[in-house]
Amino acid sequence: MNSSLHQVFVMTRLTFREARRRRLLWLGFGLGAAFIALFTIGFYFSFQDIQRQAAYRGGDFLISQYSSSLLLAGMYVVSFLIIMVTVLTSVATLSSEIDTNAIHAIAAKPIRRWEIVLGKWIGHAIMLSLYTLFLTLGLIIPTYLISGYLPPNLIPALLILILESLTMLSLTLLGSALFSTLANGVLVFMIYGLAFVGGWVEQIGAILRSQTARDLGIASSLLMPSEALWRYAASLLQVDSWMSVSPWSIVSQPTPAFLIYSILYTTALLGAAMRAFGQRDL
Amino acid sequence: MSSGSAIETFELRKVYGESKVAVEGLTLQVGHGEVFGFLGPNGAGKTTSIKMMLDLVRPTSGSGLLLGMPINDPRSRRGVGFLPEHFRFHEWMRADEFLDLHGQLYGMSRSDRIARIPALLDQMGLADSSYKRLSAFSKGMLQRIGLAMALLPRPKLVFLDEPTSGLDPFGRMLVRDVIRTARSEGTTIFINSHLLSEVEVTCDRVAFIRQGRVVRAGIIQELSAGLTRVKIRLDKIPNGLIADLTRWGDEVRQYNEREVVLSLSDEERLADLNRWLVGQGLRVYALTPQQLSLEELFVRIMGQTGQPEGDAA
Repeated sequence: MNSSLHQVFVMTRLTFREARRRRLLWLGFGLGAAFIALFTIGFYFSFQDIQRQAAYRGGDFLISQYSSSLLLAGMYVVSFLIIMVTVLTSVATLSSEIDTNAIHAIAAKPIRRWEIVLGKWIGHAIMLSLYTLFLTLGLIIPTYLISGYLPPNLIPALLILILESLTMLSLTLLGSALFSTLANGVLVFMIYGLAFVGGWVEQIGAILRSQTARDLGIASSLLMPSEALWRYAASLLQVDSWMSVSPWSIVSQPTPAFLIYSILYTTALLGAAMRAFGQRDL
Repeated sequence: MSSGSAIETFELRKVYGESKVAVEGLTLQVGHGEVFGFLGPNGAGKTTSIKMMLDLVRPTSGSGLLLGMPINDPRSRRGVGFLPEHFRFHEWMRADEFLDLHGQLYGMSRSDRIARIPALLDQMGLADSSYKRLSAFSKGMLQRIGLAMALLPRPKLVFLDEPTSGLDPFGRMLVRDVIRTARSEGTTIFINSHLLSEVEVTCDRVAFIRQGRVVRAGIIQELSAGLTRVKIRLDKIPNGLIADLTRWGDEVRQYNEREVVLSLSDEERLADLNRWLVGQGLRVYALTPQQLSLEELFVRIMGQTGQPEGDAA
C-alpha cells in the first residue's frame, strides 16, 4: 500500500476505534434510537386519527400530505441531531490530543501532519454518514410501514444531509487544529447559530418579499452552508402542495449551484485544517 | 552539512511570538552509536530542541539532519524512537493495541508486530498487563509502555525525554538496562534528563545547554579535566588559612576541624600547594584529588547564578 494511503488508513481506523471504545458513537446512536422510537409511536397514534378523518374526506391525498408534513418535522430534528453529533464527536479530535501531548507520540512517527488530519476526517465522515443513514431510514421506514407513504427524492436528500454533516465536520476540524476544545465548541456553535437564524431570516424574507432579508440569509448560508443544505434536502423531500405548508416547509430553497459551493466549502475547509495543523507547533 | 552523524543540527533557532527566544541557535553533532546526554536548567530549551529535531515544532531558522535526512522530511523519523516528556497516550487502548497502532505508524509488517510486541512487553515487565487498558496503568507502567513504544521499530536513534521521570529505583534500573542493551545493538540514544546521576552512569558524551545554546559539550571526564577538587587533611586548621587558600582556587570549604576541600583549576599545582602548606608549618596527612560529579560539573558550567563559565563548544 502507498505510504500516505497507509498512514491515512491507520488514522481512520484509530478514529473509528476511539469513537467506538469511548462510547461516543454508541451514545449518539442510542439517543437517535430513542428519538426514532418516540417519532414512531407519535406517528402511529396520530396517524390513526388522520386515517379516521381521511375516511370522511381527503382520502389518500390527506394521508400523504399529513405523512409528508410529519416526516419533514421529524427530519428537521434529524438534521439538528446530525449537526450536534458532528460537532460533539469531532470538536476535540485534534485539540484534546494537542492539550494532553498525546499527539507527540503520533506526530513524531514517519507520518505527515496532513495524513493525520485527513485520516481523522475520513473516519468521522464514515461514522457520520452511517449515523445520517441510520436516522433518516429510522424515520422513513416506520412512516412507510404505518402509512405507506414514501417521500420523493430520497437518495439525493440523504446525500445532501450527509454533505450538511461534512461541512460542519470540516469547520469543526479546522477549529480543532487552531483553537482549544472549548473555544472551538463555542465558535462552531456560534457560526451554526448564525446560519440557523440566517436561514429563518431568508425564509421570512421570501414570504414577505424582502430582498434585504433574503440577502442576509444568503450571506449567512455562504458563511456556513449547513442550514441552507437542510432546506435544500427538505425541499426535495416535501410534497409540493398548498396543504403541506408547515413551520418546516421550505419557501426559499437554494439553487443547485449552492451544492457545488458547499462541496468546495467543505473541501477548502478540510484543506485549511490540514494546512493549519501542518504549520502549528505541537 | 555532512550526514556522517546520527544527529546534526546547525543553528536551530526557535522564537515564539515576537521576541520569546526558546532556542537561540543549536549546533550539535551526535555520532552513530553514542549515548548522548542533553543537560540544562529548566527553560533552557532542551525539550523545544528535541521537538524541532522531530519536526513537532517548526524552527524559526536553521536546519538539521536525522540519520542523514532533513528533519522536516517524515522519512527521517522511520528509524527514530521517541519517548516524550509529559506524555498522555490514548488511555482507552489496551497495551498491546497501543503498541500495535504505533507499529503500524512505523510501517512494521503484521508478522513483525506480532513477534516484536510480546517480546518488548516482556522486556519492560508488562507481559501480564498486555490486555489491560492504559487508563489502569500506574505512572511507572505508562513510562515503561512509552519506552516500549520508543524501541518498537528497533530504532537506529532514540530520543528519551526524561525517561526516568516517575520511576521507582527498580524502574530506573530497568531504564539503565534498556539503554545498555540498545547501546550494545548500536542504537544512538539521546537523553534529556534532570537526573544527572543517571546521565553520568549511562552517557558517553554530554552537552550543556543554556538559553538554547550549547555552552559546553564533550566526554564527562574531559569536561571536568582542569576542575580538580582536593581534600586536604592537616594536623590543624589555623586562623586565616581558609582565606589564604582562596589564592589557590575557588570554593574553599572547611569540611571538619582537620579537613578542607578546595577546587583547583589545575591538578599540576598540587605539588606546589603541598610545598606551601608545609612551608606554613602545617603537617599534611593527605592531599586527595577527587573527580567532580556531573552534578558539580553542571553547577560549575551553568554557574550558581545561571551564568555559564565557558564559551559554546
